[in-house]
Amino acid sequence: MSTHPPLNWPDYKSTRLRHPHHIRPLTLTETELSSPRLGDRPLGPHDHDLTVHGDGEPIGERIIVYGQVLEDDGRPVPETLVEIWQANSCGRYRHALDQHPAPLDPNFEGVGRCLTDREGRFKFTTIKPGAYPWGNHPNAWRPQHIHFSVFGRAFTQRLVTQMYFPGDPLFEYDPIFNSVRDPEARERMVCAFDLSTTKPDWALAYRFDIVLLGPDATPFE
Amino acid sequence: MITPAQTVGPYFSIGLPWPDGPDVVPAGTEGEIRLRGRVLDGDREPIPDALIETWQADPDGRYETPGFRGFGRCPTDAGGNWAIRTVKPGAAAGQAPHIAVSVFARGLLHRVVTRIYFADEDEANAADPVLAGLDEAARATLVAAREEDGYRFDVRLQGPDETTFFAV
Repeated sequence: MSTHPPLNWPDYKSTRLRHPHHIRPLTLTETELSSPRLGDRPLGPHDHDLTVHGDGEPIGERIIVYGQVLEDDGRPVPETLVEIWQANSCGRYRHALDQHPAPLDPNFEGVGRCLTDREGRFKFTTIKPGAYPWGNHPNAWRPQHIHFSVFGRAFTQRLVTQMYFPGDPLFEYDPIFNSVRDPEARERMVCAFDLSTTKPDWALAYRFDIVLLGPDATPFE
Repeated sequence: MITPAQTVGPYFSIGLPWPDGPDVVPAGTEGEIRLRGRVLDGDREPIPDALIETWQADPDGRYETPGFRGFGRCPTDAGGNWAIRTVKPGAAAGQAPHIAVSVFARGLLHRVVTRIYFADEDEANAADPVLAGLDEAARATLVAAREEDGYRFDVRLQGPDETTFFAV
């Protein structure tokens, strides 16, 4: 069973006019086996901490989200750019098109980035995002999630995904989460609560590892 | 046991665009060109919430050259338009000059990947192994048209002239 979701997934209505009908095989070349080296992109000293960009503290449950970017043989991916974006604790994005009538938080942008270290590790401090309604079907709600974007060390490894939280009651109703057909693969999008990394009297912690296919592996459709 | 892809959703523009994302090369670089196009859905409507990423060799056909980013990123505007500032890539070993493209959008559960070739490279294109594997219609969707200051490449996610996409 393929890990990645199908492009044609009618339960998620926006796929209807946007999913291509044909994906052709490609013999990988140097183009696909190389990748931008973004290790020298300017990062601000607080880009990994989404809670310190306002005049005051953002509202919500402070959390640490950390993990490793790895290849499927366990090899870490060092110095790769990890970018995240998310809703605030009320389930509202700082985006002009987000009309959900929940408050914006003047102290929360919901955007972070960092480079993995030599062991492929990353660590963000942020606020637990809220669930929010969307127009896909009557009474549709997205489970709480954080969007993740990673590059890896080959063009083949470029990945955008979403990290979910353990035990969310909305999982069974969400067509985006369930577009991943393999139940075990779905679980790999759910972070794990980790008491040992929790910062006492300050923030809870969740671990989320991102595993990429080896650079020259053949994807199956 | 890899991590599955998920859509970028409708709000990626708070996080993914960079101020210098569309500048694969800085303004004023010798030989700079504009590469631009639109992203269209199955009704031929422009997609205003797509993100185009490009990856290419330097003018000598080499990848990952220090000092040459080779990477571009541009969100589409309300009209579905994107544009990058770059230089034409050289021919990498055994291939015609080309640029790899990832397309992300709300409604795309996983990125889709295509390639941009150049209309003024007839001879190299005729010998390119990827183009050689395609029929004429599929091949035509990959060739960017010459414009005054660069090239135009539209991405059609569906339809009779759907862009040729590759499994990567």
